[in-house]
Amino acid sequence: MATGDWSRRHVLAFTIPATLAAAATPGLARTIRGHVPWTPGRVDSPYPFDGARFLTPQERRCVSAMVERLIPSDARGPGAREAGVIDFIDNQLAGFYGRGERWYMQGPFGPSTPEQGYQFEEPPAGFYRRGIAALDSACRERHGGRVFADLDAATQDSVLAAMEKGEFELPDGVPAKAFFGLVHENAIEGFFCDPLYGGNRDMVGWRLVGFPGARYDYRPYLDHNGQRVTLEPVGLKGGPAWTPR
Amino acid sequence: MKKLPPVDVVLVGFGWTGAIMAQELTDAGLQVLAIERGAWRDTPTHFPPTTAPDELRWYWRKEMFQSNARDTLTFRNNRDQVARPMRRWGSFLPGEGVGGGGVHWNGQTWRFLPSDFAAQSHNTARYGALPEGMTVQDYGVTYDELEPHYDRFDKLCGIGGKAGNLRGEIVEGGNPFEGPRSAEYPNPPMHMTFSQNQFIHAARQLGLKPFPGPSANLTRPYVNPLGAQLAPCSYCGFCEKYGCGNYSKASAQTTILPVLMRKPNFTLKVQNEVLSITRDNTGRRATGVTHIDLDGNRYEQPAELVILCAYPLSNARLMMLSGIGEVYNPATGEGLVGKNYCYQVMAAAQVFYDDKFTNGFVGAGALGAAVDEYNGDNFDHTGLGFIGGGYIANWTTNARPIETHRTPEGTPTWGSQWKAAVADNFLTSTTVGAHGASMAYATNALDLDPTYKDAYGQPLLRMTYDFTPNDRAMARFLSARATDIARLMGGREVKVVLRDGPYDSMPYQTTHNTGGTIMGTTPANSVVNRYLQSWDVPNLFVMGAGVFPQNAGYNPTATVAALTFWAAAAIRSQYLRNPGPLVQA
Repeated sequence: MATGDWSRRHVLAFTIPATLAAAATPGLARTIRGHVPWTPGRVDSPYPFDGARFLTPQERRCVSAMVERLIPSDARGPGAREAGVIDFIDNQLAGFYGRGERWYMQGPFGPSTPEQGYQFEEPPAGFYRRGIAALDSACRERHGGRVFADLDAATQDSVLAAMEKGEFELPDGVPAKAFFGLVHENAIEGFFCDPLYGGNRDMVGWRLVGFPGARYDYRPYLDHNGQRVTLEPVGLKGGPAWTPR
Repeated sequence: MKKLPPVDVVLVGFGWTGAIMAQELTDAGLQVLAIERGAWRDTPTHFPPTTAPDELRWYWRKEMFQSNARDTLTFRNNRDQVARPMRRWGSFLPGEGVGGGGVHWNGQTWRFLPSDFAAQSHNTARYGALPEGMTVQDYGVTYDELEPHYDRFDKLCGIGGKAGNLRGEIVEGGNPFEGPRSAEYPNPPMHMTFSQNQFIHAARQLGLKPFPGPSANLTRPYVNPLGAQLAPCSYCGFCEKYGCGNYSKASAQTTILPVLMRKPNFTLKVQNEVLSITRDNTGRRATGVTHIDLDGNRYEQPAELVILCAYPLSNARLMMLSGIGEVYNPATGEGLVGKNYCYQVMAAAQVFYDDKFTNGFVGAGALGAAVDEYNGDNFDHTGLGFIGGGYIANWTTNARPIETHRTPEGTPTWGSQWKAAVADNFLTSTTVGAHGASMAYATNALDLDPTYKDAYGQPLLRMTYDFTPNDRAMARFLSARATDIARLMGGREVKVVLRDGPYDSMPYQTTHNTGGTIMGTTPANSVVNRYLQSWDVPNLFVMGAGVFPQNAGYNPTATVAALTFWAAAAIRSQYLRNPGPLVQA
C-alpha cells in the first residue's frame, strides 16, 4: 500500500497545530480558525473619481474629439461630451487601470494574433500616449498640419472608420485598429458606468437606454408582460445630484 | 523554508469544491487546512447591495477575478503559433479569493445526461468510430452513481426548478430528457418573465418541450440541510460576474461557510499560494505542499492527504509544476496531464421587438426557460457530421449597459446610428442561446509555457485551443434550431449570432474550462480514477471540471459539485479505512 500505515485512528490523534491555532485578527487575517471573520463598518469600497488626470491638455483634446464622435451629442440626446467621458477616461488612465496594475505586463512582447488580445509593452496609459501622438502626427501629415481635434466632424468620422477597419496607418508602429478598439471600449464604459467614476454624468447614458441603475429589487415588476418598466435611475451614491463635477 | 506542523488534509484552493470537501472531511473528524491564494471574502463586507451592482468595477476592471498581474496563462490557437500571455481576462474569468468562481457564477445548475458520462462508448455504439483526432472518452462514473450527490448539491443550494424525470416517471413541465431524479427540486422554478413566456410559446409551437431553467438563485426563503439560511432572489440582474449582496445565490459563502468556518478542526489560510506538491522519495506518496505568503515567506506544510480544489487550469498547472504524471505531448500522443482541454461552444439568435419590452434589467443569473431536444444524444445525429449538442434557452440574466448592446443586423459600432440603435433596442430585445458541448481533440491541450513566468518565477500554463470540426458543425446546427425558435417569438426581426473564424480569447464566452486532469478507467487513459484519485499518487485527489474528459452541453457546476461529494464519500467510506488506491490499476 503506497500510503503506508496511516489510519483514521492516527488521524484523529493529531493535535491542533499551535501556529494554526493562533488568534486570528479580523478582516484581512491570513489564518482563520473557529469563526467567520467580520469587522464592524468595514466594506470593500470602490475607487471613485478623484479628479486625477494623466493626459496633457493637447492629449485630452484629441481623446475628447474621438469620444465625441464615437458617442455624439445629437437629436437623440446627450453624448460623450455631456456624460463626461473624457473626465472618466483621464481619471482611469491616472489610476490603477492606466498603469495596468492588474494586467500581466511582463515581456517578452512580440508578434501576436488578434485572438491573443492586448500585447503592447505599455499599459493602457502609455498606449494612449503613443496612440494619440501617432494619430495627431498622421492627421497633421494628411490634413495640412491639423491635428485630429481640429478636423471637421465628417473628416474625423472617416479617420475613425478607417482606424476601426485597420486601414489607417499610424507612425511609430501603433496599430490603429487596436488603439481605436481601446478608446471605443473606454468610451462605452465612461458613458454607461456608475456616475461614481466620473462618467455617465447626470446618468445621461442610463436615461438614454432606460436602465434604472443600481437598484436591487425588481420583484414588483416580474409580471410586466411586455409593458415598459420605467424607473428613475439611481447610482451607488444615490440620485443624479450626487454626480461629481 | 519553514516547516509547519502536519495536518490530516490540505486543500489547495477554497471555492466550491474546497468548501464541500472541507465540510465533508471535517465531519469525518479530520483536521483540515485550506490554503487559498486570494483574500477572505464575504457578503456583508465584500459585495453587499450597496457596492455589488457596479458593472465597471467588478466586471470591466476585473476586481471579482484572479489578478492577471501575478499569474495568468498564455494562449495560442495552434502549435504553429507562439503563445502570448492573456494580459487581461476576456473569454473566461477565473475566480480568486474565498468562494472562487462560485461567487460570480450565474447559478444555472444542470445535471449532465446519463449518456454524457459514456460519450465514447455510447456514441461509438450508435454511430460507429469517432472521427480522426477526436479523443473523447468515458468518465468512468455513471449518472446513477452520481445521482445521490447531485441531489445533495440541489438541497445544499436550494435549487429551484421542475423535475422532468422523477425516479423514471416523466413529469409534465420538466425536462423529459434528464436522467431520473430521486427527488423533486427543493424549491419551485424562477418566476418567468415576458421573454421566457414568448420562448415557451414558440418552443411548443415547434413541438418541443420547454421547461424552466434550474436555478441556484433562490425562489423562496430556504434553510439548507446545514442550517444556512438563504433569501429569495430579488431579480436585480447582477449575478454572473458579480457577488450576490442578498444571500440569494448559492455559493460557498451562503451555503457552507457559516457552518464550516466555526468548526474547531477547520483552518483557512488566505493570501497564501501553493507552489508545489511535495512527495517522498518513492514519488508515489504526497507529503504535503509548499506555499508562499504575500511577504514572500515560504512554508512546507506536511499533510497526509492533498486535495487540489483550485480552478481546473490551476490544478493542471500545479500537477505539471510538481512533476506528477507526464505532460501530454500532442506531437507524440504521450502523456496525460494537460490532455483533453475542452471549453463550451456557444451560438445564439437575437430577437428584436417593436412594441414589446423585455425589460432585461428585471433579471437573474438563472432566470430562463430551455429546451433539451438538441442536447447530448437526445436526437439522431446520423449524417449530421458531429456528436453532442446543447440546450437552447432564453435567459434574462441582465441588462447591464456597458456590456449589453443588442443591435439589429447592419448597425455600425459607433456614432449616431449606433447610439440610436442601442437606445431603441436596449429594453426591447432578448437572446435565444445555445449552450453547446465541447468534444476533446488531440490538438487542444494545456502544458507549461517555455517563456513566460508568474510572480514567483514559475512557468505560466500554456493553452493551445481552437474550435474543432465537431464544434463548428454542432454550432451551425444549434444556431439554426435557436433561430427557428427565435422567429416564432413575435419580434420584428431576428439576428443570428454565429462566431466564425478561430477561437478568440478576448470576447467573453463562458468560464467553463474543462479537462487537463481527466478522469477515466485506467492509468493509460486518465490522470485520476473514478474517485478523482491520482493514479500515480494515491493520497492526492483532484477536484473540479479539469477531470471532465470532455464537456457536455450544460453548465458544469452541478457536475463538479456532485463529483466532489462522490469523491468525499469514497474518501470517508473507503480510503480512510484503507488508505491506498481505490481502484486497482
